[in-house]
Amino acid sequence: MKYGYFPGCSLEKNAAAYDVSTKAIAGPLGLEFVEVEDWNCCGATEYMSLNLTAAYSLIARNLAQASKTPGTDQLVAPCSLCYLNLRKCDKNLGLHADLSGRVAKALAEAGLSYKPGTLHARHLLDVVYHDIGPEALAAKVTRPLSGLRVAPYYGCLLVRPEFHNGGDDPEYPTSLDKILTALGAEVVDYPLKAQCCGGHMTQISEATGFELIRRLIKGADDYHADVIVTICPMCQLNLDGFQGAMNRHFNTSYHIPVLYFTQAIGLAMGMAPRDLGIGDEIVSARAALSKIGHEVEAVPEAAPRKKKDDKSLPMPGRRAGG
Amino acid sequence: MHGPADTNGFMAEVMAAAPDGERLRTCLQCGTCGGSCPSGPDMDHTPRQIFAMINAGMRDEVFHSNTPWYCVSCYYCTVRCPKEIPITELMYALKRMAVQQGVYDDSKAPDFSKTFMGWVEDYGRSFELGLMGQHMIRHNPFGAFKIADMAVGLVTKGRMAFAPTRIKGMDGLKRILAKAKQLEAQS
Repeated sequence: MKYGYFPGCSLEKNAAAYDVSTKAIAGPLGLEFVEVEDWNCCGATEYMSLNLTAAYSLIARNLAQASKTPGTDQLVAPCSLCYLNLRKCDKNLGLHADLSGRVAKALAEAGLSYKPGTLHARHLLDVVYHDIGPEALAAKVTRPLSGLRVAPYYGCLLVRPEFHNGGDDPEYPTSLDKILTALGAEVVDYPLKAQCCGGHMTQISEATGFELIRRLIKGADDYHADVIVTICPMCQLNLDGFQGAMNRHFNTSYHIPVLYFTQAIGLAMGMAPRDLGIGDEIVSARAALSKIGHEVEAVPEAAPRKKKDDKSLPMPGRRAGG
Repeated sequence: MHGPADTNGFMAEVMAAAPDGERLRTCLQCGTCGGSCPSGPDMDHTPRQIFAMINAGMRDEVFHSNTPWYCVSCYYCTVRCPKEIPITELMYALKRMAVQQGVYDDSKAPDFSKTFMGWVEDYGRSFELGLMGQHMIRHNPFGAFKIADMAVGLVTKGRMAFAPTRIKGMDGLKRILAKAKQLEAQS
């Protein structure tokens, strides 16, 4: 099936592993992705705080560009922020004539137009779950993730309703759980699976941001998860990139790698870790994946800084060796 | 669209600033929003309190509260609100009003949004390195040390772009946004 593909800014660089792994599994799963021509940033959670008409116009330019993709009315975004913004914009332009009138005038400045309801903006998880399905996925599995304890993490923006909610429950979603079960993983009933990672809060109020990250990492650790599997680049960056800073803030030593669900699917389909962007994570997934027989090439990691007055004996990390 | 005579001017202004914002009039003061909010404990006022303050016409107190700026936009309150009030969108509306009227106590969050969007308005795409650099220099000069390992990791793993990507249709996007801002100012 053919889809317009909206990668979004994160997948260009910071979450390139998500883009690489999405493209790696698309072909074998029969998904044809055509990248939206000259797409722009969706504004994340920032433009809405500054200017309503500009925020909606910025997103609507993407909808206008995406509606030019021939042969499909489906638009897929792997990023939960992009997905939410595209969906919300399409919905509210359809419901609010004054807003859509202003946006139409703005788009016309560049010779563009978009009729609300033309496209179906969907998250990649929704597409994999509803258009492929766990049974069909299970049939493609050649190297099941047996023995790997996985905490499925949805984050907040995909599953909240009002803008379609990815066809899952807003508070207790299960689509990712079922996908990971189909891959053979041992899926943890993760109580915080639809809680927020804090978004940009690490930059606004460190204490608030780190606490939201801490409880998610602790939650996964309490359930002895080897790895958290996520569907959103913002969640990945917060839980993976800021895990070290969070550990220092609370004087903890958690080590929980955070992978994208597309990487888990690719591994179970027998693809090589490096071809799925595995190794790009800051908190290494090497030990976790060696549990299931996947050898990930050693990528040089930033050595943890040792305090000058630290007279303690060198000790292995708390969960080193998995 | 403004509310009936029993609605104060400030409340009417807030309701008009968000899509479906007029549902705020139906707030029951049940507190489900604050109880669900992940950053509620760090807010000066829970969303329920903010709505009561809006209803009481307490314009200054609302704008000097950190509450809208601590909203992480997770929509938990929105999905749980029994009156289907678009709480997250109202928080965005309060932020927009504060920015457009220049009334807020802590400029960290408004500056972050402005810096983020500055890159987008110039290039069409976001630029993390430029954003983090500018934001930290202004608001958290020593913060860089705390995340040094993350920054090194992102660079060595090729996850950090050193220059922004410019979209082809930048001239068109600039015209779109200029027109949008002009229409917003008139609305």
